[in-house]
Amino acid sequence: MALYSDKVMDHFRNPRNVGVIENPDGVGEVGNAKCGDIMKIYLKIENDVIVDVKFETFGCGSAIASSSMATELIKGKPVSEAMKLTNKAVAEALDGLPAHKLHCSVLAEEAIQKAVQDYYDRNGIAYDAAAFPKGEGCPFCHA
Amino acid sequence: MHIYLDNAATTKMSETALAAMLPYFREQYGNPSSLYSFGQHAHEALTDARERIARQLHCEAREITFTSGGSEADNQAIVSAARIGERKGKRHIVSTAFEHHAVLHTLSKLEKEGFEVTLLPVHENGIVQPEEVEAAIRPETCLVTVMYANNEIGTIQPIEEMGRICRAKGVLFHTDAVQAVGHLPIDVEKQNIDLLSLSAHKFHGPKGIGALYARKGIPLTTLVEGGAQERGKRGGTENVPAIVGMAAALEEACQSMEEERAKMTQLRDRLIQGLSQIPHSVLNGDADSRLPGNVSFCFEGIEGESLLLLLDDKGISASSGSACTSGALDPSHVLLAIGRPHEIAHGSLRLTLSRETTQKEIDDTIEAVKQVVAYLRQMSPVWRDLENGKLSFVIQ
Repeated sequence: MALYSDKVMDHFRNPRNVGVIENPDGVGEVGNAKCGDIMKIYLKIENDVIVDVKFETFGCGSAIASSSMATELIKGKPVSEAMKLTNKAVAEALDGLPAHKLHCSVLAEEAIQKAVQDYYDRNGIAYDAAAFPKGEGCPFCHA
Repeated sequence: MHIYLDNAATTKMSETALAAMLPYFREQYGNPSSLYSFGQHAHEALTDARERIARQLHCEAREITFTSGGSEADNQAIVSAARIGERKGKRHIVSTAFEHHAVLHTLSKLEKEGFEVTLLPVHENGIVQPEEVEAAIRPETCLVTVMYANNEIGTIQPIEEMGRICRAKGVLFHTDAVQAVGHLPIDVEKQNIDLLSLSAHKFHGPKGIGALYARKGIPLTTLVEGGAQERGKRGGTENVPAIVGMAAALEEACQSMEEERAKMTQLRDRLIQGLSQIPHSVLNGDADSRLPGNVSFCFEGIEGESLLLLLDDKGISASSGSACTSGALDPSHVLLAIGRPHEIAHGSLRLTLSRETTQKEIDDTIEAVKQVVAYLRQMSPVWRDLENGKLSFVIQ
């Protein structure tokens, strides 16, 4: 299908890191079923390094592919590096997304940041709240 | 393997229609407006096609205007009725919430000009009540436009009754019959239809051609200015091969209609039954008053675009009313109009059969949809929350 790059279709057809982590160190959920996309990221963190990451996604092909790619990009990386992952980097790693699907990569970025925030909260680690998504509704639709 | 189940989007050209068209590309390629005999052969083909199409609709040949397709016919029907109404100071139109965008967008344009539009509810079963049409008609109503059968959920409207109401009240009645012509019997006389739109590629004819039936005495507004073709109501050299193909396809479809309808209805119900076995799924639209080839479902906890892509991987061409498939933000206005919440409308699937669809294709499709829905649900956080009770199921 010409709508998506081969990379997107590969990650959509064979998503990496799908599932749930029992007793995770951080969980982040973003999106809204009303808009048609929800992403949930689970993190397992040891010594500030993301040793395992899993995702669950309700959404279109690019939402599933963006989640899959984002988890691959942060697995084995220090938390601080995961925090720097941008939606642009996710989209680029997928060889691009159609313009009206770019929000899927934003959701991936935000889901990771929220999971990290949850990890900080659970462990009483201080952080600058301004660096994290507010998670107030969906900026892309009416929901 | 390729299973084509998107016949509401377009159909495969019939061999009969194709064979009928071919001579008009390289042999009888004259311009029907030309005076010499070579052009007049093309003109005769046009006249013949018009008569044959008129016969199937139970109208006169001169009541048929050829257009580029259903959208243009809808546009022209509504604008014409609005102009007629305007001249009498009538600037109110009655329609429904789930019309095709060719109708809805034309109505919004007229609203900007000062027309008032009432969109009737379509209820959960996807059927407009004739009494509500009657109640919505005011002294200043110039047009009622209600689709014959809905393109997404396949529900058939009580057209004849609505036509009767409109005729009694002296209001023009248009129906967008794009999904119905060639699949359901049409009799514009008996059904009190003043204006009707049709499109050839929905009944195994060629793309890019359609027609507008307008009862004699209803002056049409010209949308495409040009020569005197179509009695001045639609400029531009007629697409003779397509018009001939449309006539052949319509005749063929009407000749075998009863037989094909019975066969398709049986397969449709088999598919509905099969998909109903999927937990937390629901059929959209009335089960009985429904096009013989239309199956429309919502599956809770998943999103339609990923469903389509995975079905495509299995060789099945289908469609969805999910926002993601259209590039729009909101899911299908039709599913919202029958009261499906956004999150449910996103998980929709439309499968539309043709007379060529086989039982094996239906059975393979049921299996494929079951697999894909289960697969997508196991990776859906929504489904997990529904299962562990954090969210409550909308579809029982």
